[in-house]
Amino acid sequence: MRRRLPWVLLGVALAVMTVGLVFGEYRSVLEKAVTVCLDCIGIG
Amino acid sequence: MAKPYRARKPRDRRAWYQAAFALGLNGWIPSWFKGEIFQGGVKGICVPALNCYSCPSALGACPVGALQTAFAGLRFNLSVAEKKFGLYVAGFLAAVGSAVGRMPCGWVCPFGFLQELIYKVRTPKLRIPHAATYFRYAVLAVMVVALPLLVVDQFGYGETWFCKWICPAGTIEAGIPLMLLKADLRPLIGFMYHWKVGLLVLFLGWFVFSQRPFCRTVCPLGAFWGLFNKVSLFRMAVDDEKCTLCDKCHKDCPVEIKIYEQANSPDCVRCLRCVSSCKFGAISYEFLGKREVSPDLRADKAAARRDAFPS
Repeated sequence: MRRRLPWVLLGVALAVMTVGLVFGEYRSVLEKAVTVCLDCIGIG
Repeated sequence: MAKPYRARKPRDRRAWYQAAFALGLNGWIPSWFKGEIFQGGVKGICVPALNCYSCPSALGACPVGALQTAFAGLRFNLSVAEKKFGLYVAGFLAAVGSAVGRMPCGWVCPFGFLQELIYKVRTPKLRIPHAATYFRYAVLAVMVVALPLLVVDQFGYGETWFCKWICPAGTIEAGIPLMLLKADLRPLIGFMYHWKVGLLVLFLGWFVFSQRPFCRTVCPLGAFWGLFNKVSLFRMAVDDEKCTLCDKCHKDCPVEIKIYEQANSPDCVRCLRCVSSCKFGAISYEFLGKREVSPDLRADKAAARRDAFPS
């Protein structure tokens, strides 16, 4: 079981990531990333 | 004739990798002169490091900023039945963690690299008490998860608390360069900007005296990935029979851990310096079933064999 655990975790993580991509979360991250984040630079 | 065997100093090429990643993650060169942030379609890809996406030349998204944004917008998204829960970012973080644990901290993160460079300044050095390293979990739980989720405006939007109040990587990579390059932003400078620059100066001063203090005591990304160190595919191992407790690995460690006490400590950034510095081959790492000891030790043994049996 101990040897399988990292593979199980990796599989679950990739599945979760895929579901997020299917729900269009990539676009949300992109929209945030391509605009200047005022909080990050200290004027928010 | 074979060259006589001579023990060599451990090689450490990690700084080259760190420099390459720092440049690679911030490789949009036109922005170095214009101050316009990169807006290409690949910027939605999370990078395995604390690298601010508002850095003009950043090519990817900071996972900590993206995760906070997801949590900050979660209540609004639920109220309008929008299926956006931050699964992409959370899955990315967990995938990296379960594959290699905290290894990107030691090899990829530009802010970790900066700390290691500044620490080379020759001054008396200060050790960080181990208890202080637990503070990073509080930063992760409170600033990255709880506050963005719970403190919301009338529309249900929260804020990115860690980015806003703490993140010195954002100040040095984005705040200062954008203020220098874009004159129209300068009138907006106020208390928050001065707070963040002051905090950055404090951290930069601390980097001179302590080894990777931000990574060890504050960084929420390191806190999260550190939780995977014990269960990741990449694992460190110490052979108790070979270990002489000489403490060389502890002295060379950039995060001051005793790997012979806990091989997969959540504090370990997996820089592998201990593997190179152990002259007894007691420390090894394992990935996908393949076990490796120090490449130097292997080379030294091969050289010694060549001397003993010249062809």
